[in-house]
Amino acid sequence: MTDSNIDKSIKKVLLLGSGALKIGEAGEFDYSGSQALKAMKEEGINTVLINPNIATVQTSEGFADKIYFLPVTPEFVERVIEKERPDGILLAFGGQTALNCGVKLYESGILEKYGVKVLGTPVQAIIDTEDRELFVKKLDEIGVKTIKSEAVESIAAAKAAAARLGYPVIVRAAYALGGLGSGFCDNEEELTALTEKALAFSPQVLVEKSLKGWKEVEYEVVRDRFDNCITVCNMENFDPLGIHTGESIVVAPSQTLSNEDYHYLRKLAIKIIRHIGIVGECNVQYAFDPESMDYRVIEVNARLSRSSALASKATGYPLAFVAAKLGLGYGLFDLRNSVTKDTSAFFEPALDYCVVKLPRWDLGKFHGVRREIGSSMKSVGEVMAIGRTFEEAMQKGLRMIGRGMHGFVENKDIKIDNIDAALSTPTDNRIFVIAQAMKEGYSVDKIHQLTKIDRWFLYKLENIIATSRELEQYDTLEAVPDSLLLQAKQQGFSDFQIARCIFKESQESPEKISLDVRNYRKSRGIVPVVKQIDTLAAEYPAQTNYLYITYNGNTNDVNFLHDHRSIVVLGSGAYRIGSSVEFDWCSVNALMTVKKEGWRSVMINYNPETVSTDYDMCDRLYFDELTFERVMDILDLEQPHGTILSVGGQIPNNLAMRLDAEGVNILGTSAKSIDNAEDRHKFSSMLDKLGIDQPRWRELTSKDDIDSFIEEVGFPVLVRPSYVLSGAAMNVCSNPEELDRFLKLAANVSKQHPVVVSEFIQNAKEIEMDAVAQNGEIKAYAISEHIEFAGVHSGDATIQFPPQKLYVETMRRIKKVSGQIAKALNISGPFNIQFLAKNNDIKVIECNLRASRSFPFVSKVLKINFIDLATKIMLGLPVEKPNKSAFDLDYVGIKASQFSFSRLQGSDPVLGVDMSSTGEVGCIGTDTGEAVLKAMLSVGHRIPKRSVLLTTGSARDKVAMLASAQLLHKNGYTIYASKGTHAFLSENGIPAVRVYMPSQGDQQPQALELLHNKQIDLVVNVPKNLTPTELSDGYKIRRAAIDLNIPLLTNTRLAEAFISAFTSIKPGEIEIKAWDEY
Amino acid sequence: MQSIRNAVLILEDGTTFHGKSFGYPGAAAGEVVFNTAMTGYPESLTDPSYEGQILVTTYPILGNYGVPPRRQKDDVSQYYESDHIHAKAIVAQDYSWQHSHWQADRSLADWLNEEKIPGIYGIDTRALTKLLREKGSMLGKIVVEGAEEPDFYDPNKENLVAKVSCKEPEEHGAGDKTVVLVDCGVKHNIIRCLTGRGLKVIRVPWDYDFNTIPCDGIFISNGPGNPDMVDVTVENLRKALKGNKPICGICMGNQLLSKAAGASTYKLKYGHRSHNQPVRRAGTNSCYVTSQNHGFAVDDSTLPSDWEPLFINMNDNTNEGIRHKTKPFFSAQFHPEASSGPKDTEFLFDEFVALL
Repeated sequence: MTDSNIDKSIKKVLLLGSGALKIGEAGEFDYSGSQALKAMKEEGINTVLINPNIATVQTSEGFADKIYFLPVTPEFVERVIEKERPDGILLAFGGQTALNCGVKLYESGILEKYGVKVLGTPVQAIIDTEDRELFVKKLDEIGVKTIKSEAVESIAAAKAAAARLGYPVIVRAAYALGGLGSGFCDNEEELTALTEKALAFSPQVLVEKSLKGWKEVEYEVVRDRFDNCITVCNMENFDPLGIHTGESIVVAPSQTLSNEDYHYLRKLAIKIIRHIGIVGECNVQYAFDPESMDYRVIEVNARLSRSSALASKATGYPLAFVAAKLGLGYGLFDLRNSVTKDTSAFFEPALDYCVVKLPRWDLGKFHGVRREIGSSMKSVGEVMAIGRTFEEAMQKGLRMIGRGMHGFVENKDIKIDNIDAALSTPTDNRIFVIAQAMKEGYSVDKIHQLTKIDRWFLYKLENIIATSRELEQYDTLEAVPDSLLLQAKQQGFSDFQIARCIFKESQESPEKISLDVRNYRKSRGIVPVVKQIDTLAAEYPAQTNYLYITYNGNTNDVNFLHDHRSIVVLGSGAYRIGSSVEFDWCSVNALMTVKKEGWRSVMINYNPETVSTDYDMCDRLYFDELTFERVMDILDLEQPHGTILSVGGQIPNNLAMRLDAEGVNILGTSAKSIDNAEDRHKFSSMLDKLGIDQPRWRELTSKDDIDSFIEEVGFPVLVRPSYVLSGAAMNVCSNPEELDRFLKLAANVSKQHPVVVSEFIQNAKEIEMDAVAQNGEIKAYAISEHIEFAGVHSGDATIQFPPQKLYVETMRRIKKVSGQIAKALNISGPFNIQFLAKNNDIKVIECNLRASRSFPFVSKVLKINFIDLATKIMLGLPVEKPNKSAFDLDYVGIKASQFSFSRLQGSDPVLGVDMSSTGEVGCIGTDTGEAVLKAMLSVGHRIPKRSVLLTTGSARDKVAMLASAQLLHKNGYTIYASKGTHAFLSENGIPAVRVYMPSQGDQQPQALELLHNKQIDLVVNVPKNLTPTELSDGYKIRRAAIDLNIPLLTNTRLAEAFISAFTSIKPGEIEIKAWDEY
Repeated sequence: MQSIRNAVLILEDGTTFHGKSFGYPGAAAGEVVFNTAMTGYPESLTDPSYEGQILVTTYPILGNYGVPPRRQKDDVSQYYESDHIHAKAIVAQDYSWQHSHWQADRSLADWLNEEKIPGIYGIDTRALTKLLREKGSMLGKIVVEGAEEPDFYDPNKENLVAKVSCKEPEEHGAGDKTVVLVDCGVKHNIIRCLTGRGLKVIRVPWDYDFNTIPCDGIFISNGPGNPDMVDVTVENLRKALKGNKPICGICMGNQLLSKAAGASTYKLKYGHRSHNQPVRRAGTNSCYVTSQNHGFAVDDSTLPSDWEPLFINMNDNTNEGIRHKTKPFFSAQFHPEASSGPKDTEFLFDEFVALL
């Protein structure tokens, strides 16, 4: 590599991260940021990172030289620039958050003021792609077609516009909410009718070319400052235009484009990025006519994106790393292909496999959200599956998304009332609706008609149905021809799917019949092989450790040493609500320790948004499933010394018993102990034996039993059905009506589907114990407290570490009880216990013998890496108790949650016992107030300027909020309050403006109007109870706050903490201190 | 689904791969080569450079978009690179029995059947490619169940250029300027690229003494096999080099021009067979992604002093084109006409036209 092309004046670089994970901006930016930091480090450049997301890998020691856990906003970034004086700034690696912040810094002249050079794509090019009007103009200059709409005010003008655009067109009434008066027109007659109607709603009508049913195709393009361009990957959406690419199944490379199509769009993409002037990476998204070569450019993202992370993983080409180097001035010709190490980075990967990306939704976690998928993104994560047939990749992927599905076929039946309607109105179930339709005899043509999904994909899916039908004709394994068995495996059938085809409604356990298939097929020599991802389809030799498993092949690409010197670490799978980047941090840290201690590290994971699936992080990466079957396939081949299950969250943890039964050496805590903690009955009786208190609970199978148990413990109770019909899986019920409603709506109590009912203790504190033990003895621990009272899911709660308001006595008891549990379960490795504390009584609510969500947070605040310690223990190494405790810290860490309600149209943004946050941040401050303020600002809250709307729920909440209301008043805020709150504040001498709720529509001022008029800067709405009016009024206020982007708090304790913080500290007083300065 | 016959691929070193037939249910023998392109099977199969070869596609799924219609436009094939399939057979991991594309008028299997070309799928093409990569190309044969096993056939022992070249001079297009195109197995897109730029093309057989034809420039096409088999063309070129008429060559044309200039060629350890070959214009920072399909290369070190490399392969630093230091002669080892592959270097045709 020659460095003569780089800008030598750049010695220190600031990188903006993307903050908390949210819908549309998730773990992919941890990956791209980490890569950029690595690229800078390789050049000996000093790096400064701003990212409040404490759970990420990039905010770990060794990645950046200076790390600031601060909001990525112009105000904070400016102050960091002022302090650090970087020479350059990287804007393209932290998603839209970083890009927007960077554009603001540029526009306000801050970058110029401090002489900070933007590396890579110039800001003007970013602005040209972000501003719709400029973008269209820019592409017009080179005759590239974009999606345009024409505004008209008469029928004649509409006709003229339609003639220019070409039918079919969409007509929309401008300024009309909810799509009133819009529709498709295939000809002038329809246009006339519809325009007439639309003009009745609105004086202006927009006419736009309809691209309904067009393909959506995307190219990832790289350009250097010497104008050299490559397209690293193209991808095709399975779903036609209209479904956000984050919501669509995506296939790489494109499958239905001819050579002419492919290169036509490729050439255009290069033309576009040359004209815009990208230096680095960007993507170009097209709508492409399935019946001609007509196209429209949908958009260009002048930054690293979810797609670029996917493309990097799909091809092995490290886009972010290369983009960062190009930003320094390198030419693509200066860089080497990091897979082959020998060939040039100026090339376009050739794939000899097929990649399928599937989105993961968690819509079931939200109240009121619509299940339809469309032009806005709702998915919270994604998986990538690799195969050498489309069928193989697709079925792998359907298992990976973790919705209890086994592939495309042999799943539990889903109930669909109207298949035609379900096909034409896509929901998060779309692919399974297609399966059902095919089972019921729908032809490919019919499904194509209703879905507009290209027939090629549907034919492939039909192949899977055909194979399952063939298999179903047999009743014993021995009767199945080997060729059919192999065909099924080549189409991605799991052992369980095959078992279900053959054994039908067998009474044997799924585990048993799957194992029968496994053993049988192995005896017939039907086993998978390992293939490499080498970027060049084997054209040149490559030393690559990036691997996947397939049945479409005869030989392995790698050798197996069988020296038992490797350690397999199981990763965390798809990001979902409840399992996210924190487990990626744990996985990566486990890999690093394994390597550091002289073992070969092996990773299994399939989430393209992670750092753990960066092939640089381990000695071998298997980008594949985390099912029992696949993990065993890999262990059979690798024959490692041992396997680590405890750093990837619940998915690997759940495999413990089955792997143990196969004689797998599980490192750390034994499978039996894991089972003793996971099994509610076993764990409970163990606690009883140890004399440790827990909330009373019972597993019940009838309504009568539930009633008599509640008589004993009293309302409220926490109800957890084992089988959920719809809606949330858990609920707190405060009275018989609520209980009835929930049981009727959500659960189906029966012998087969018992319900767990637990007593719910109100106004109790919730406390987390994160710890690491060796042979049952605790070596390191961190106790943290929730700001909210118990009842808010620990994943949604705001967590404080070290605790500031716990009795020493409580802490002592927690330590003691944790020690007892660690000993009883003989824990060796990470674990987490959740406690309830009221007065000094503590009760255990949950215990997980694995790393928890808060491990990166406590590790980074305490500056003791719990995973490093746990991994050493699991490797059997002696460890010393760290000579430091939380009592020594003279600062406070606050972990706050990020919600994505704005993306989830219709959902009620209220917190409950089921988790709904999509991400988190962790900030450090000299005291609670400062840390709270930083953390809240990091998750998108803003300090109110003038006014606050208070609706403070129950009498108890009103009392609790009184002091905060005083503070607001003293600090000159106008308080708007609902009836009850207003009355209570008046009684206590706090002036407030009475507002009326939507159900009191005839009186002024209306709360909703105030919100719409932006007269309110912060909404505190604490739901009182679940009565219908309260629900609908409260819901409307909460939803309006979210939709209008007004900060909303629904929890008294958190509201108190936030109000106390912003009334006592001015933003300018917040200290700008890097992590290592604490 | 139709009943599918078993088929086997046998290599000269005795390695066999078992798969299934999807094309013509007969047998075929030839030289087994691979290409890592992810699209473009209709173009590759009809590319005369594949004459006598069994084509292995490393992209595992084949036949997705069917085959475009057989249609002529301006006396050349509209969608193909010649009027029939030149490859002896085609090998893939997975075949798509159903295709989907608005331009397709039949499936790949139907087309192979029409042209009596076997196709085999269910083959570990990655393992096969690694084998071919390490051993160089190998002879092989495909035998579909029920067909008689043929002998191995080495196309390199034949003059393949003579086999695929046109037999009589032909004219294409119209224009003020005339270019003689020496057909060593020309891809139709080269003709389209020339006529599309307003040139009249006189296409002559490989061994035709084109120096007798009045013209403004000379173009030497791509072609199959070993450049050492085509000495007649080299001789004719030597004569042309004495003059000053612009000369351009592609692929085989690059090798023939080099030989005429006095340089020698050699067989590459790893041939270039893909759509993603990076080349750099010598002495500049300009790089291009190119489509390539060749096993021989020009030895830069043997270029006479009045010639210099024009392009260099960025992966293995081998020659990708030459030019004369003073006269209007240049050539490229890659395929600026693409089809299939990236079109980044189509500007070479413009550069050629500018010289005329």
